[in-house]
Amino acid sequence: MLDRVATLWPEITLLITVLLLMITGTSGDKDFRRVGSWIAGLGLFIAFILAVRMPEPDTLLPGLAGFMRPAACAVGILLLMGLGNVDARFESDIDAGRRFDPLEATQGEFLCFFLLSLAGLMLCATASDLIWLFLALEMTSLPTYIMVATGRSKVAAREAAVKYFFLGAAAAAVFLYGFAMLYGATGSLHLIDIRAALEAQAAAGGISPLAILGLALAIIGISFKIAAVPMHFYTADVYEGAATPVTAFLAFVPKAAGFVTLMLLLSSALHLGEGGQPWPEAIRVLLWVLAALTMTIGNALAMWQNRIKRVLAYSSIAHSGYMLVGLVAAMETAGSAADSPTTNGFAAVLFYLVVYGVTNLGAFYVLACLQRRGDELETFDDLEGLWDRHGGYATIMALCALSLMGLPPLIGFFAKLFLFTSAIRAGEYTLVVIAGLNSAAAAWYYLKLAGVGWVRKPGSAAAEVERTPAPGRRFAAGLSAIAAVALVVLTARLIAAGDAAVQLRSSSAAAPHHAAAPAASESAARH
Amino acid sequence: MLLTLLLIPTLTALAIMMRPARQAAPIALAGSLLALLWAWFVWRAFDFADSAAIQLAASWTWIEPMGLRFSLGVDSVALMLVMLTALLTPLAVLGSWTAITQRVREFYLWLVILEIAMLAVFMARDLLVFYLAFEFTLVPMFFLIAVYGSTNRARASIVFFLYTFTGSIITLIGLLYVAWAQWSHSGHWTFDIGVLTATAASMSPSQQAWILLALCCGFAVKVPLFPVHTWLPLAHTEAPTAGSVILAAVLLKLGTYGLYRFAMPMCPVAFNQYAPLIAVLCIIGIIYGALVCWVQRDVKRLIAYSSVSHLGFCVLGLAAINTAGVSGSVMYMINHGLSTGALFLCIGMVYERYHTRSMDELGGMARRMPLWTAFTVFFVLSSVGLPGLNGFVGEFLTIFGAFTSGQPLQGLPTAGPLGPWYAAFAGTGMILAAIYLLYFCGHLLFGAYHVPDAAHAAGHEHSHHRLPRDLTLRETIVLAPLAVLCIWLGLQPDIVLSRIEAPVTQVVTSINLSASQPIAAAVTAQDAEGH
Repeated sequence: MLDRVATLWPEITLLITVLLLMITGTSGDKDFRRVGSWIAGLGLFIAFILAVRMPEPDTLLPGLAGFMRPAACAVGILLLMGLGNVDARFESDIDAGRRFDPLEATQGEFLCFFLLSLAGLMLCATASDLIWLFLALEMTSLPTYIMVATGRSKVAAREAAVKYFFLGAAAAAVFLYGFAMLYGATGSLHLIDIRAALEAQAAAGGISPLAILGLALAIIGISFKIAAVPMHFYTADVYEGAATPVTAFLAFVPKAAGFVTLMLLLSSALHLGEGGQPWPEAIRVLLWVLAALTMTIGNALAMWQNRIKRVLAYSSIAHSGYMLVGLVAAMETAGSAADSPTTNGFAAVLFYLVVYGVTNLGAFYVLACLQRRGDELETFDDLEGLWDRHGGYATIMALCALSLMGLPPLIGFFAKLFLFTSAIRAGEYTLVVIAGLNSAAAAWYYLKLAGVGWVRKPGSAAAEVERTPAPGRRFAAGLSAIAAVALVVLTARLIAAGDAAVQLRSSSAAAPHHAAAPAASESAARH
Repeated sequence: MLLTLLLIPTLTALAIMMRPARQAAPIALAGSLLALLWAWFVWRAFDFADSAAIQLAASWTWIEPMGLRFSLGVDSVALMLVMLTALLTPLAVLGSWTAITQRVREFYLWLVILEIAMLAVFMARDLLVFYLAFEFTLVPMFFLIAVYGSTNRARASIVFFLYTFTGSIITLIGLLYVAWAQWSHSGHWTFDIGVLTATAASMSPSQQAWILLALCCGFAVKVPLFPVHTWLPLAHTEAPTAGSVILAAVLLKLGTYGLYRFAMPMCPVAFNQYAPLIAVLCIIGIIYGALVCWVQRDVKRLIAYSSVSHLGFCVLGLAAINTAGVSGSVMYMINHGLSTGALFLCIGMVYERYHTRSMDELGGMARRMPLWTAFTVFFVLSSVGLPGLNGFVGEFLTIFGAFTSGQPLQGLPTAGPLGPWYAAFAGTGMILAAIYLLYFCGHLLFGAYHVPDAAHAAGHEHSHHRLPRDLTLRETIVLAPLAVLCIWLGLQPDIVLSRIEAPVTQVVTSINLSASQPIAAAVTAQDAEGH
């Protein structure tokens, strides 16, 4: 038990930081409260360093923690920069308890929830059994419900939070039911034992239908976390209702947790399909259909939106669809001599997650940097003439949107490239063509997002757009735009780290565990 | 050597960013002239005795696990197109000198960035580098059209971007499939064009057909071939002059170059098999494009549709799969770049003066703009294919190639897939071209002189630049080199033809050989190579 705890220092650090923040955040002293975001940042930074240095936990995908935990901390720091710092102007409001807005101010409990959710994501990556996995997933999600509700003083935010909460609870019930079936079919909660049991079943003539049903239910339930069909309905309303920094958080953290969970669960059945196929046929078909539907529906709906946050919400659905393609294609997990990191579907998904997380954050933070009459930007019209008035933001937005579109030579192109190569490797040609056409359809709205600030003359609405007072947010947006260009240099190392992160635990204890080292140094370099 | 050719425009772009806006145009001009000078050094360094070989190659590791290398190199065909790009960019810069009055710095920045991407496309020896550059040309062009275009620019730029982006994603999938096949064969990734071409060429005919289809999705849109040409008139018409020039002269050649460089050698069997189909599409494009030109009232639209028609000839030459046709096609790429580029420049000069492109509002220009008229008539004749000018050589060779395509080549077992009938139908396109271009000349240059009244022109934002009635010295300097080249290439086509003969013959021979040989032999040969 103790050696298990010894691998959890990054999470423990975050929890200690949360406790500290509870003290400083409720303090009567303004200066004391104002330190809150610095404490959170310091906590995340220490957690990052610890995460890089932690030994691998004994889980089904032992390298995963070494990749996902530093990545979560790094993106977490970027996200944190975008939350406002307490400004003297808003102090009196906050004192009076009237108004709190993460666009403009930080408050202790908000930062606590922020860190708790990130800790949940990191715990997902270290999960060794189903209970742990469930608790970690819920730990990721529960704080986000509150963040959505308290993050903005608008009715829409509360409506969003309620929707998000009830649908989230329903989804949790679905995948918990799936977990229960998996337990019933294999007699164990431990993922390593589950895999052993499924291997035995496969060798004896086929995985039991109960286990497949359990996996299928788990996938469908988790599709809520990753905002995939058939659990995508909440996305647009919730993303639009929440304050923009919270939306940026929602678009990355629960999604990453969902994909990490899916990878862990699916690894228990990896290569147990007929004839060494990656998945049992029913699971493959399910993932295939979910991927195709998610991409297509996400893009089709995004194309018709005029509100920027709804566009980004639907496009995040589409991005989940692309990443599901990577799951379908997870042909080989081991980066053995017979295979290569660039054909590993799981590695491609991890790569895509990081790239998507960073560049999507840039797009959201450009929105968060701007306001019109003290409120968030709403439609494309608000971005008109951005280049003339705030040229830097127009550039950042263009870089991030083009990268999300997958335009070479930006990093988003390579993210898609690896998904495509892994899917071609797996022989999923139809799915690749669907993904390709979807990327082309996505170009429609991303081009609009990238171009509207440059091309259109500012209208009356755009004339009122001004900057919000948050230097950190500007900095974070700029960093993510730089990442969209500069990460290209690190592509090789990042995909290799992703590949190392998703190698199945070898059954012999003497197996070389070198996976964490490249992953860690990679994340450090990226940071 | 080649890297320097990319670095010069890159440094120019940086310099434009650093310096104030009013210095943007001079910097862009100086930078692109320097690039032209350097391209001339490259030309001198190239050994034309061995023109089929990839020369001046240079390569750097980029993404190791993917086998991705940043490798450059040119054979003589690529070199010709590099020269064309390097030549047209300074002319496009000089041609926009007074036309661009707003957001000047970005304009020249995009133009120079576009030059980098175009040069990289022609010099790439790594498939992914090629693709990166090929796709990246869309961004500067999008902004050139969307920001500096005329009234309908928003729609034109989006249609242009989406059309070509969609096509080339399918191309990417096809290319990745080839790369994956190579990988599963040899166990390591590479995107080297030579290796992948060999891999694809040894695949089964049905696989090749799929690859050809995927490649054509991107390249045929770019050319553009008949059913997917609809983005072109819109983009051409709305683009600013420099945009139209670069679009017509170089960007369309990315499609034909792609067909020549990838589709033909990668899928020899399938290309041989489907060449008649491609040729039929070309002929429809030739005739349809010409007929549409005939009824245009918008000058730029007319030239745009004439590009559809002309590029039909260009691809027809490729589909003939013989030396005459293919080298005619390469020649045509250069000629079309020169004469259509020049025509767009000419029209841009009138547009800058009168702010209209409508033939109803303009007429009898010969009376007031004799010098301009002389140039326009000259380039029209070059475009029509008057013997003695450059256009004739390409047009003649492509049609000749299509005509003789059915006859076995010397020393080769099979013949090309086309025949006299294809040539006959394509030939009608020449006649129609003469009709619509003369109609264009007649309406615009001769007849009663009329232009939009001064009040109309004065209402325009550019009107504070008072240009003299006829061409300025600057405008003459822009057009003169193109005119000289048109005559020179018309009289001495061998400058190009003899230099591209070796690579063209190589491609043609390999297609004919692999189309006639049983596939099994090719596969065994490749197996032996792999082990």
